[in-house]
Amino acid sequence: MMSPAAPLLEASGLVKHFSVRRGLMGWSTAVVRAVDSVSFTIESGTTLGLVGESGCGKTTTSKMVLGLERPTAGVIRFEGADVSSLDSAGLRRYRQSVQAVFQDPYASLDPRMRVGKIIAEPLVINERRGAAERRRRVQELLDLVALPERSGVLYPHEFSGGQRQRIAIARALALSPRLIVLDEPVSALDVSIRAQILNLLRDIQKRLGVAYLFIAHDLAAVAHMSHTIAVMYLGKIVETGDAAEVAMAPQHPYTRALFAAALPIDLDRPREEITLAGEVPSPMAPPGGCRFHPRCPLAMPRCATEEPRLQTASGRLVACHLFD
Amino acid sequence: MSVPVIEVHDLRTHLVTRWGTIKAVDGVSFSVAEGETLGLVGESGSGKSMTCLSLVRLTPRPASHIVGGSVRLDGDELTTKTEAEMQRIRGRKIAMILQDPMSSLNPVFSVGMQVREPLAMYHGLRGATLTERAAALLASVRIPSPAARLRAFPYQLSGGMRQRVVGAMAIAAPPRLLIADEPTTSLDLTIQAQYLGLLEELQDRHRLAMIFITHNLGIVSRICDRVAVMYAGRIVEAGPVRRIFTAPAHPYTQALLESIPRLGARTERLTAIEGQPPDLARLPGGCSFAPRCPQVMDRCRTEAPPEFEAGPGQVSRCWLRAPAGG
Repeated sequence: MMSPAAPLLEASGLVKHFSVRRGLMGWSTAVVRAVDSVSFTIESGTTLGLVGESGCGKTTTSKMVLGLERPTAGVIRFEGADVSSLDSAGLRRYRQSVQAVFQDPYASLDPRMRVGKIIAEPLVINERRGAAERRRRVQELLDLVALPERSGVLYPHEFSGGQRQRIAIARALALSPRLIVLDEPVSALDVSIRAQILNLLRDIQKRLGVAYLFIAHDLAAVAHMSHTIAVMYLGKIVETGDAAEVAMAPQHPYTRALFAAALPIDLDRPREEITLAGEVPSPMAPPGGCRFHPRCPLAMPRCATEEPRLQTASGRLVACHLFD
Repeated sequence: MSVPVIEVHDLRTHLVTRWGTIKAVDGVSFSVAEGETLGLVGESGSGKSMTCLSLVRLTPRPASHIVGGSVRLDGDELTTKTEAEMQRIRGRKIAMILQDPMSSLNPVFSVGMQVREPLAMYHGLRGATLTERAAALLASVRIPSPAARLRAFPYQLSGGMRQRVVGAMAIAAPPRLLIADEPTTSLDLTIQAQYLGLLEELQDRHRLAMIFITHNLGIVSRICDRVAVMYAGRIVEAGPVRRIFTAPAHPYTQALLESIPRLGARTERLTAIEGQPPDLARLPGGCSFAPRCPQVMDRCRTEAPPEFEAGPGQVSRCWLRAPAGG
């Protein structure tokens, strides 16, 4: 079942549709195409950065990876095995191997639990070790995220935002996962603290070889953290490739506009001024053809009718007719 | 530059809490001229929003007290004005755009009612002229089909459109000073780019003085002329944007600029600022940044540094900039 050559995680053709009730009495329904045929791979010990604006489907994608949403279609393979066909023991192992750190460390930690207990909870649930061994593991984890030894007996409110995020990271690491979904892990933190946490995450990756699925709207942070970047727009990946190449020379018109809007702080680097007109259309009625065409400054007649496929261009994959 | 629209001198706002008195704004001075944009940057709790709320005297009651300093709008002292007089200045002379448009708009009134209100109040308009002006105002913030939008309710608009409505209400007078407190933080990147362009356009048209509060240095580099960096209630460094970005004088500004990931820079590690943000109820004596400062000296722990000249138009509150022998 497990082939050594298989990537750590492989998603192919992932689709997630939600049906929502519409109208006053909720009699009619509509389909939200949150994620529409998305494929990517994450290699062991590397980071895939997922970027895009709200509603593009990046969080839904991460929920499917975490097993919190069942894909409407498509397959997620973990170490070569199809996750949807795993038996309960296999599924349990999968859930231990894929952990998450969320945006708001004020919401993700139980205020009534001591930090030691918060970090040990995954160990307790998964019945791995005895109490003494659990305590030792908690100390080890606190040390790994550079929190003082006595933190275990304190409550979350006694910590600042950055320290709380360290606690959340320690909890995510408790079961030695292979992949951690980082959903905006630094955007709730003070600017002066963000670099500490980003450095910590990179150090942990180097030491433990864990892979990350990194979701953030701070493009410079994503580019800094990731090996590969995938840019999503309205449920589709429009461009994906090596992080530095995508960040330095974005090809898809949407990626170019997005990175131009990211406002780099280097005053002397030439800056592309692209301001997109209009807003992201509703995922309930995505435009035909290329979903970006109504806002695209370079749209051609065929963009309205023919959907572009991801194809190789300048060493990465781009879904745009300009590169046909 | 021309005459300043707003001049703030040694402003001090204290918050009385059960943990003691917090010096939320501790001797802040700056001025903004017509058509100029001052960026106010700093972390949460650094006092940037409290500074701006103090200008219009809307700091939380009864905890806060403006205990000293002066605020002059076109030469007119505001700190001694009565509440009734302030009421005529808020919105009309000094307008604000806040982070969350939903908290600035009333969800049960139509956009039209809310946009007509300031127009009726400031310009005494009524009837068809009022509705016409309201539609024109929405058009000026580039809201498509403005006449139809007047009948819409806030929940029917997207975040970007709501923030445009708030912008339209803010320039209804038009004011002399526009305070924008993180106006684009809740918007997506491409919508943020649109909104920043709109703010610049409105500022040019009405020659507004603008204070832009943000923690995003990229936005500062995009739209501000000068920038003031706040830390623990004080402006620790201020100057023209280019000076601050290319030759920051204060160790906090330097550390902040270094800690931010940059597109295209292939650095393995970011230069992190050690320690935690300051606890305002228990600030150290001397310089507030001393416990985290990589270049701290003995003097920093006991004596708070005054402002020193650090370059053309640039000042820094740091003993490193003290003239030799001083």
